[in-house]
Amino acid sequence: MKLNRTSTLQAVMGAMLGAGVASVQAADLEFYFPVGVNAPAVATIEALTNAWAAKNPQHTVKAVYAGNYEETTTKALTAAQAGDPPQVAVLLAIDIFTLVEEDVIVPISDIATSAEDKAWMSSFYPSFMKDATFEGKTYAIPFQRSTPVFYYNKDAFREAGLDPDSPPKSWAEMIEVGKKLVVKDANGNVTRWGTRIPTLGLGGAWLFGGLVVSKGDVLSTDTGTEARFDTPAAKASLDFLLQLAAEGVMQPGGISWGDTPKAFLERQTASMWTSTGNLAFVSENAEFDWGVGFLPGGDGPGAPIGGGNFYIFKGTTDEERAAALDFIKFMTSPENAAVWAIATGYVAPRPDAWEMPEMKAYVQRLPQALVALEQLPHAEREFAVFQRAKVTQYLVDAIESVLAGSAEPAAALAAAQKKADEVLKEYR
Amino acid sequence: MNKRLSLGMAFVLLVLPSSLLVAFTHYPAVRALANSLWNNATSRRPSRFVGLDNYAALLEDEKLLQVLINSGLYALGTIPLAIVLAIGMALLVNSRLPATSLMRLSFFMPTMLPMVAVANIWLFFYAPGIGLASQILSSMGLPSVNFLGSTETSLVSMMVVAVWKEAGLFMIFYLAALQTVPVHLKEAARLEGAGSVRVFLDVVLPLLRPTTIFVAVNALINAFRLVDHIIVMTRGGPNNSSALLLYYIYEVTFGHRDFAYGATLTVLMVVILGALAAFQYRVLDRRTHYQ
Repeated sequence: MKLNRTSTLQAVMGAMLGAGVASVQAADLEFYFPVGVNAPAVATIEALTNAWAAKNPQHTVKAVYAGNYEETTTKALTAAQAGDPPQVAVLLAIDIFTLVEEDVIVPISDIATSAEDKAWMSSFYPSFMKDATFEGKTYAIPFQRSTPVFYYNKDAFREAGLDPDSPPKSWAEMIEVGKKLVVKDANGNVTRWGTRIPTLGLGGAWLFGGLVVSKGDVLSTDTGTEARFDTPAAKASLDFLLQLAAEGVMQPGGISWGDTPKAFLERQTASMWTSTGNLAFVSENAEFDWGVGFLPGGDGPGAPIGGGNFYIFKGTTDEERAAALDFIKFMTSPENAAVWAIATGYVAPRPDAWEMPEMKAYVQRLPQALVALEQLPHAEREFAVFQRAKVTQYLVDAIESVLAGSAEPAAALAAAQKKADEVLKEYR
Repeated sequence: MNKRLSLGMAFVLLVLPSSLLVAFTHYPAVRALANSLWNNATSRRPSRFVGLDNYAALLEDEKLLQVLINSGLYALGTIPLAIVLAIGMALLVNSRLPATSLMRLSFFMPTMLPMVAVANIWLFFYAPGIGLASQILSSMGLPSVNFLGSTETSLVSMMVVAVWKEAGLFMIFYLAALQTVPVHLKEAARLEGAGSVRVFLDVVLPLLRPTTIFVAVNALINAFRLVDHIIVMTRGGPNNSSALLLYYIYEVTFGHRDFAYGATLTVLMVVILGALAAFQYRVLDRRTHYQ
């Protein structure tokens, strides 16, 4: 009863204050987020979410861990179609075209209209804002952005008589160095491979994009209507993957994304190509001296930019949108971007986050964290088109069939190109 | 006790379950059939009636062909093996060996676990280099096999998981059936000089036939229905070598968000399952002795 009376009192006072209250209209937010890396990400997200809720007692927010990236997108889209969308979600940056086509998100630039808001939106690295923009509007705010980097076991490098401070820079060096790193047992079975590039599924397609970038091409353009599979760069990239297996540097056949960090920590491979988002996991669990370098490149350094952005959904009230925007601002503030980057290894998406004292201390303790940031100028956006899931599957099928030995690179890429064009021609 | 129900009560009892059936079985089925005749509309592509175009696409879908072959192999590989193993385990725990209750528990354990948990356990078994399977192989001096990452082994690896999970459940049905086999029939056979193999083949096995039909139908349904482990372990890969029909439907519908083609595939699956069920009941039922 006591509680009731207090809240009645508050309501009366609120009514008397009138207009002053309207601006802090309460909103109940539902926030979907994925976890794509081995990190204590859920706990960190929940801590940050609770901190926002504590600062904004008039609102509530429910953080819903919705699985990996693909599952989270599926859940958010299904919920939106059922008329009950989350107000805010972290989804793949490359899903922007799907979300626009399904008409479930609002441009953040339509909500964040004040001068202060605009300054906020331009405080992020331009490379991360590029794939958040479509037809002149900003639809997303960068949050957990990453590029893959080359992790290597320095102890293994020393063992093989290699310089532990100079990881391979080119594909040729990768093969040469990789051969020296392979260890076999008495029966001739490999107990440690030279390197490990995930080649299966979406993770495989992501890294493949990096190989193509390093050969001076891209898999897709900003329009979302062009897939570039049948190119010399893509063919060279497939040839490189085949060569790694043929020269005995990498395990033949498909390599899964999920097992890769574990294989590296268990010394099953002397090096791996994986997201910088795994930095915290490796740093906590590695029982050997390890380093991080740029991805070895074909004609020069090159990497894909990946990861997730914040989106605000349609089918929400103005109060909910305002609250969601405030929530995003909180989550991406320099302080919290630093907290998130340190907890996971994701690249803090704005320069001022790197100036925070805890971030500076972190970089000093773990200089490997800087590599992804330094690699950013050489990185291009990840493969993104309309009907992304379907068209990416054509690329995934091409990569997997070539590595399984059931198709030739040129033929597989040409077939994928034909299918992709068939789907995308409707959008041109 | 034989009091007649009032008409109103009967109506209520009929309407409640049938409305559930209509809402969750009939309406979606009809809706899927209707959806399969339209294109996949989005905000950038207007909706339009396409007639049988989606069905024509089925014929040209190479991936569907592979998925159907996979599903066929998967059913052929898992169902007989699960049934044989289930009968073997049931015989074992039905015998007077020591520690049968411990055996029953351990055989039944995999069935009690959710499929997602099972898949995660097997993910560790199969992990190349570090998993249990690789450790066993390397202790025998064999090279480690990339079970889930190569096209030759991924489907077989999935079958092993399914058999491991299913056989325990079927064992329970066989165990129940074995305990109802009349002892006098077996004794009569033994008096006639039949050995235990002969008793099993000519007396016990025919009496198990109704159970076998029940189990076979269930196993077939499960072979098409259970794809959780595919989603967790391989996502149909590599190169679609472990994709099953229901997984493909899920991928097309919710992954690619192509609801029209997903509905078309669903109709295909319903037709296939209906035909298989009709065949099973016709052929097997005719030769079955129910007590």
